[in-house]
Amino acid sequence: MSTEYPVAQGQAQAEAAAPSDVLDATTLAELREIAARYPEPRSGLLPMLHLVQSAQGRITPEGIEACAEVLGISAAEVNGVATFYTMYKRRPVGDYHVGVCTNTLCAVMGGDLIFERLKEHLEVGNDETTEDGSITLEHIECNAACDYAPVMMVNWEFMDNQTPESAVQVVDDLRAGKPVHSTRGPRLCTWREAERVLAGFPDDRADEGPTAGPASLAGLRIAREKGWTAPASTLASSGEETDRD
Amino acid sequence: MTDALTPVLTDNWDAERAWTLAAYEERGGYAALDKAFAMAPDDVIDAVKESGLRGRGGAGFPTGMKWGFIPQDNPRPKYLVVNADESEPGTCKDIPLMMASPHTLVEGVILSAYAIRANTAFIYVRGEVLHVIRRLQRAVQEAYLAGHLGTDIHGSGYHLDLIVHAGAGAYICGEETALLEGLEGRRGQPRLRPPFPAVAGLYASPTVINNVESIASVPSIIANGPAWFAGMGTEKSKGFGIFSLSGHVRNPGQYEAPLGITLRELIDLAGGIREGHELKFWTPGGSSTPLLTPEHLDVPLDFESVGAAGSMLGTRALQLFDETTCVVRAVLRWTEFYKHESCGKCTPCREGTWWLTQTLARLEKGQGTEADLDLLLDQCDNILGRSFCALGDGATSPISSSIKHFRDEYLAHLTNGGCPFDPVASTAFAPAGASA
Ligand SMILES: Cc1cc2nc3c(=O)[nH]c(=O)nc-3n(C[C@H](O)[C@H](O)[C@H](O)COP(=O)(O)O)c2cc1C
Ligand code: SF4
Repeated sequence: MSTEYPVAQGQAQAEAAAPSDVLDATTLAELREIAARYPEPRSGLLPMLHLVQSAQGRITPEGIEACAEVLGISAAEVNGVATFYTMYKRRPVGDYHVGVCTNTLCAVMGGDLIFERLKEHLEVGNDETTEDGSITLEHIECNAACDYAPVMMVNWEFMDNQTPESAVQVVDDLRAGKPVHSTRGPRLCTWREAERVLAGFPDDRADEGPTAGPASLAGLRIAREKGWTAPASTLASSGEETDRD
Repeated sequence: MTDALTPVLTDNWDAERAWTLAAYEERGGYAALDKAFAMAPDDVIDAVKESGLRGRGGAGFPTGMKWGFIPQDNPRPKYLVVNADESEPGTCKDIPLMMASPHTLVEGVILSAYAIRANTAFIYVRGEVLHVIRRLQRAVQEAYLAGHLGTDIHGSGYHLDLIVHAGAGAYICGEETALLEGLEGRRGQPRLRPPFPAVAGLYASPTVINNVESIASVPSIIANGPAWFAGMGTEKSKGFGIFSLSGHVRNPGQYEAPLGITLRELIDLAGGIREGHELKFWTPGGSSTPLLTPEHLDVPLDFESVGAAGSMLGTRALQLFDETTCVVRAVLRWTEFYKHESCGKCTPCREGTWWLTQTLARLEKGQGTEADLDLLLDQCDNILGRSFCALGDGATSPISSSIKHFRDEYLAHLTNGGCPFDPVASTAFAPAGASA
């Protein structure tokens, strides 16, 4: 068997897999590239699975085989990892993954109502995708943005301080193909594009968006107003012992 | 007298494009490298020991001491791993830090790796924060191009590679040995200790794992001196930390202050509890730290005092809930979180969190009996101290502390035949003056 498309060929022979299920040569090369970043190749598995999702829209059997092949481990081992982590999806994900935080703080601040409203509006349940394939809705756990509660994530970008109305607006705009920006980041890309960045292939958009959102600056603003600072350094520039006050 | 707020890590967050190398260097960034390279690595460890810095990831272990445990006579490579998994409910300080000033972390990584003599370092960042990952990737790339990373850094002969590694959604991967499993491409299940990571961590080699904020504090210690750092904070909890206020407070956000500030002072700075309401309960350091009440407003927020008050300083994740919030609903939701995130490795946690959820859900619906409260406490007893890792222990914190402080509210669900609270009243978009 040729070494270039081992998985794709095997699959094609066995099941006549649809062309979209076959990993192309570029993706296979990139999987190897990820593994080569690490002192031990298996460390690349998490980013490699992100790349599979980027290329195929979900974790496919072909993607699992490819990772196993590249790392020289069994497909069962890869599968065990893929099923452990919640960001890996077995079913196709829409263009936009919408996650509503319903952990306690966000739930209390309105996340539960936002999630209910979106389920109704999109006519989907948890972890389901709209019929047009545009939106996958999921309730998520704490995403480290509690000072912006209630929080929604779209393709893992922050949508801070949401209301049921603003959340509906966001998904409507996304479905209408209008540009939507993260409240603390760039214009939203697709879920598959986002997964590629997570695989360690940057998309050159780091410079978009602000340095920090308003809540991140709450304490600093007060310190500036009052002239509060950390004490001065205790090291004299001469390196001599300084007098402390 | 030290000022009430002491911006160090947050000090450049209002700067234009603070995330760029140019902005960071303009403020003296990366200058601490030359200072450190002029010192022996052991002297850098000593400086961090002297500063009194304790881990900012929750447990408060002395950072310099941890570094000192690395067996330098071990011939295997040494590794530094930054824990940027930030997933403990309520915790939201590392993410804005890496978004606003990733170079602070990168500079800290270089200093820390130099101290422990590691030539490879990793930042394990949770996958669910795309833009933060972009900024980290860019910062690392810029640092390589500027000669702060790679071979012969600043002509010192020291070389370091830094890899940004995105996780894939698992709270348990914040636990340091589960994190190592994740970083080795496996299911994130904690490892048996000993051996401790300092002896056999990543790839069975000596490894230091530190929280983002711990590592990001190192450049300021090297630049300003250990005495400067130790001059802030309290006797055994030195220095500053980022306090994250969320929930029913007028101005939620990040407040960087010396350890030992009180919640009363912080709420004052944050403009008070939201209009017309009063504080009911709060977590000092995430959902795994037992709930406190207004009675504890004057507890100094340092490791010792919060411990003496029956909780833990944890990650300084101050989640504040006012009287519109049902404590049973809050606790049930946290418990569902622990059940969902239990890695399944050990029985007390895997089965126990399932049982806790069942019992709590019944109570929340107003079904069950008062005896279920004792059942809950009994279930907690079977998990606390018997679980393989601290996730299981943490799962019991909200339950036992809420029963201790709010037993009557549980009973009210039974007499009321369900939850007596209106869930709309607690929301951020509730009409002003709404009450439970
Ligand atoms: C379930 C669980 C989750 C944790 N999550 C994190 C986390 O997200 N970030 C973190 O720094 N430490 C976390 N920790 C603590 C780490 O195990 C470890 O103590 C810490 O990273 C050490 O760094 P430090 O000494 O700098 O605080 C977690 C611990 C447990 C048990
Ligand atoms: S306590 Fe829970 S999370 Fe920790 S090892 Fe046991 S099952 Fe896994």
